[in-house]
Parts: sequence; structure tokens; C-alpha cells
Amino acid sequence: MNPKVGDHLPERRHTVGNVQLMLYNAALWNGHRIHFDEPYAKDVEGYPGLVVAGPLIGDWLNQCVEVWLGDAGTLTRIEYSNRAASYVGDVIIVGGTVTAVDGGEVTVEVSARNEAGDVLAPGVATARLGS
Amino acid sequence: MSGLLTPELLANIGKQSAPRREIVTRRDIRKYAIATDNRQRKYLDGDVAPPMFHVALFWDVVELDQLTPDGVSIDTLLPKFPLEKAMAGGLDIEYHRPIHPGDWLTSVRTLTDIYEKSGRSGPLIFYEIVMDVTNDDGELVIREKTTRILR
Repeated sequence: MNPKVGDHLPERRHTVGNVQLMLYNAALWNGHRIHFDEPYAKDVEGYPGLVVAGPLIGDWLNQCVEVWLGDAGTLTRIEYSNRAASYVGDVIIVGGTVTAVDGGEVTVEVSARNEAGDVLAPGVATARLGS
Repeated sequence: MSGLLTPELLANIGKQSAPRREIVTRRDIRKYAIATDNRQRKYLDGDVAPPMFHVALFWDVVELDQLTPDGVSIDTLLPKFPLEKAMAGGLDIEYHRPIHPGDWLTSVRTLTDIYEKSGRSGPLIFYEIVMDVTNDDGELVIREKTTRILR
């Protein structure tokens, strides 16, 4: 692998369904009703639908970098923030761009966005090349 | 600044949680990998934990009567803030060592900062929590800093 500034990471599209969102929150032991109780999410909290858990979107940013790296390197750091909510049924597109290569260290700007182009979660990841 | 942060509130900076020690199982790794749409076989088979698995491993396990009516567990590390509506949050995670089934890991959370900024629609309170995850040899496995914003 010989990454260069400006290289794009392969994009991946995720669509979260009810079952996946339930299983994710169950794996965490997260009982927050906005993720599984649709009448509550809509009528009480005023959301248009069930809210996709923030750290699930963060996980996809990690995956985007790891899949691109393959066996050529190790993810050493990632920072991201959840800026906007997304909902069950939304298509969420995750991708990234190499912004720096310094010896054995690569910096990648990553983001998750919805089909309208809203950035849901921007982030920066760092990886060390070599095994 | 509107002076929301009293000395009493700021005195909570440095507060630390009791250590929590958990065992990593192949089953829990597999559940996490599947639920996150992971496609890498080593994670789906649970041979090694994917990044952010620690979020699931150390999510607070509380009893039903300790959950709020909306199903959220109360973070006992936090004081009562004068603003309560949670906005966007961020994570900054350093990965130091891989995690495998059978590993015993210990987490300690520290409230490292509380500060105030003025936002477009009024004051905002920020707080930061650092969680250090170490193995039984005392080596740092993961360091995670969470930043949350209240309005």
C-alpha cells in the first residue's frame, strides 16, 4: 500500500433497519427508547422516526478506514463527532480522503452523510502503516 | 459567559469512577460485529475485537429501576448541570493494543473538564470524560475521551 494525499477510501452505504438497531443497542445494554419505541420517539421526543445510535455511525467510520487499510496497517486513533441525527430507513454513506502521509503514519478525513448530503458525523483517523 | 458554572460544579473536575473489570468473550464480540454490519471475518468469528467494541463492553449495566423513564442510565460521575438538553457529542479514541476473547479489561472513567461557551441560541456547557481501559498487566489498551455538549 502506498497511500497518497487526496486518495479516496472506498465508500460504503449502510441502511439501518429496526432489527439491526435493536440488536446493536441490545449488544450495548442501551435501553434508550428513542432507538426502539417509535410512538415514544415521535410523539414524546418529536423525532421523525427511530434514531440511529450515534456510536453505531462512529463504528462505521472505523470500519471504513480498516477495510481500506486491510493488512497494510493498523488504526491507531479516531476522533469524530455526531452532528446530526439520522433515522431508521435512511441510507448513510461513509467515506474518507487521505489528508497527510508522514513516514509510516497516514491521516484520513472521514465522514458519514445522508443522501441529502448532510454531514452526520465528521472525523479524523490516524493509522500506522506496516504490520 | 453567563456564569452557569459555579465553583461547586467545577469542583467535580477530577472525579473518578470505581474501576470496572469485565471479561471479553467471543460471543460478545460476534454479537457486536454482526450488529454493526461488520464484514471482516476475524471480527464476525470473534477471533479479535473490532474497534469500538469497548463501547459495548463498558456500557453501564444497571438494574431496571435505575433507568429513567426514557430508558437511560444515569451517569453517576456527573453532577447536576443547570442545562440538561444533550446535543452532539464527540469521541476521540486511541487504540493501543488489540483485544481478544479471554482478556480481562478494566476501565476507569475520569471527569476531566467542564467548561462553558456561548452558542448562537444561548450558553452551552461542555464536559469531557476520559476512559482508560487497561489489561491485567496494567498496560493501556484504549484511551477514549468523550466530549458532550448541553444546552
